[in-house]
Amino acid sequence: MHRYSEFDRDFVATRNAQYRDQVARRVAGELTEDEFKPLRLMNGVYLQLHAYMLRVAIPYGTLSSAQMRQLAHIADRWDKGYGHFTTRQNIQYNWPRLVDTPDILDALAKVEMHAIQTSGNTIRNVTADHFAGAAMDEVVDPRPYAELIRQWSTDHPEFQFLPRKFKIAVTGSAVDRAVVQAHDIGLQMLESRGELAVKVWVGGGLGRTPILGQVLQEALPIAELLPYLEAILAVYNLWGRRDNKYKARIKILVNAMGIDAFRREVQAAFETTAQDFSGEDQAVLEQLRQAFDFSAATDADEAAYHQALAANPLFRQWVDQNVLPHRVSGYSIVTISLKKPGQTPGDASSDQMRGLADLAERYSHDELRVSHEQNLVLPHVALGHLPAIFDALTALDLQTANVGLISDLIACPGMDYCALATARSIPIAQQIAERFSQLGLEETVGAMKLKISGCINACGHHHVGHIGILGLDKGGVESYQITLGGDGSENASLGEKIGPGFSADDIVPAIERIVAHYLDLRSAETETFIQTLRRVGLASFRDAAYGDPATEVIHAS
Amino acid sequence: MARIKAPVVVTANHLGSGEVVYLSRDGRWQASMDAGQVFTELAEAEAALARHDNELEVVGAYLINVEVHGGRVEGQHYREQFRSLGPSNYWHGKQTEANDAPV
Repeated sequence: MHRYSEFDRDFVATRNAQYRDQVARRVAGELTEDEFKPLRLMNGVYLQLHAYMLRVAIPYGTLSSAQMRQLAHIADRWDKGYGHFTTRQNIQYNWPRLVDTPDILDALAKVEMHAIQTSGNTIRNVTADHFAGAAMDEVVDPRPYAELIRQWSTDHPEFQFLPRKFKIAVTGSAVDRAVVQAHDIGLQMLESRGELAVKVWVGGGLGRTPILGQVLQEALPIAELLPYLEAILAVYNLWGRRDNKYKARIKILVNAMGIDAFRREVQAAFETTAQDFSGEDQAVLEQLRQAFDFSAATDADEAAYHQALAANPLFRQWVDQNVLPHRVSGYSIVTISLKKPGQTPGDASSDQMRGLADLAERYSHDELRVSHEQNLVLPHVALGHLPAIFDALTALDLQTANVGLISDLIACPGMDYCALATARSIPIAQQIAERFSQLGLEETVGAMKLKISGCINACGHHHVGHIGILGLDKGGVESYQITLGGDGSENASLGEKIGPGFSADDIVPAIERIVAHYLDLRSAETETFIQTLRRVGLASFRDAAYGDPATEVIHAS
Repeated sequence: MARIKAPVVVTANHLGSGEVVYLSRDGRWQASMDAGQVFTELAEAEAALARHDNELEVVGAYLINVEVHGGRVEGQHYREQFRSLGPSNYWHGKQTEANDAPV
């Protein structure tokens, strides 16, 4: 893993000291709220419905066990004993007091973490494939490039007041687990003519104007990555709209200019920015490649693994659903579901965090990952250690074997916490997961991405859910609009609205009718929901959703 | 959001804690909506808002539509009902507390 340099430590400490002073001046009345608000937001402190909220950056979703333990400590010391892992691989605390936030930031700094640029019109936390460095299908670990971008973008003086926030995601695999096409800039590391290169998408994003990114470069040389990103940001900074916040994202600019004209502008800017990079960035990149290198071998005895597979059906089910092969023989990738039916998607208690930190330290080369799907990952686990991990997870109530199934759904905090929300997300997520769990149908239904947002800003990524749900306020009543056919993978597509919204009471039965319709229509058990939907089209699914509620629900087996 | 019309209550978040608070009849900011002064004249509410929007104490004060049922004050919109109670996924927030405690 990457470690802070002395410069990094000094920078974060200085920022924290400045913030402590800013909070003191706000409380003393020396700063007005209008003056203070942008300062607290620069440090990740929002005011939500019931309390302040602190959003902590977890760069490219990678955590050490010491960092996870500190997150648990913060949850106990200054919050209500839990944290919420988000779709940007961050963690949010829902109940901190403003006056405690300087102490929390100092506690984070002790483990080389911060909340800088988790808000505001800046380049936000760079996200990456949560299986980075472990996935079998990966060309290269994307995290050295994500870290290079993080170092370049953090406190970049030119990009602290962009027209709007800016999100970058990086994958090192053709299999897209980072939703790169739904980002302002999406990057895919690939091989081109025997050389490592980067495919660059620009202008993707969800929110009120969902658009998939367009390809700006098919294979950019690695050495040109930072100057090229700087050129994109410079063009956006100059030409992006500042008169209307709803039209200020780069996707609006790219579509207004057209991708070819935008590319020409970037190329012209690149002629200048390229002069500013002397090659030092490539030297840093080389160090980062070494910092993230994983080349361990394991001598763990696999006999216990095979015995447990044969003897324990629950263990086998969990392995089948939550464990994937690793690129290094003898290792595996373990996804820990934070989606036990009835629980809040993405939440982990401080005890669970500490337990996972212990497991990471003992069995996963001291590493954990946060996925944008609001789960946690032990990325480097020897097969022989899986039975012990399963037992430990069971003790932590984290053994849910539902990764990739309908109950492994994404949900934003919604109106249970968020000041921007127009409806609640969490209760709908809980009800859907519980319903399909009760029906015993999750495995029968198979691969499914269900995503719920509590407002048009789409933090729950509903546009790229196979089934998307958007919570709205219709005349003072919570209403839930369904989209179908979205996909956040390398086959990215945006879901299509099927019609009028459903009430909070009617949304779960409507989802059930859609899923029942899929089970009726699929050509084989191996045809997934999204494949069936693409084969037969939306119309009959729409009819099923609005069908007779009394006759078309699935009956419990 | 719905148009603001009487009866209304003045609400805000407490500066230090972020807790939801309501302007009470004695001019203090209190944790319980039931303690909030119900204004039947919008102009009076707006004047109270201007008078008590003390930045040393609260953040983001605004008016909300309410209904009064048997002495209990309730936000008309579900957003304000949630603010007055807490989240639905955990027994956290005001729903766990005595509703008349000053902040």
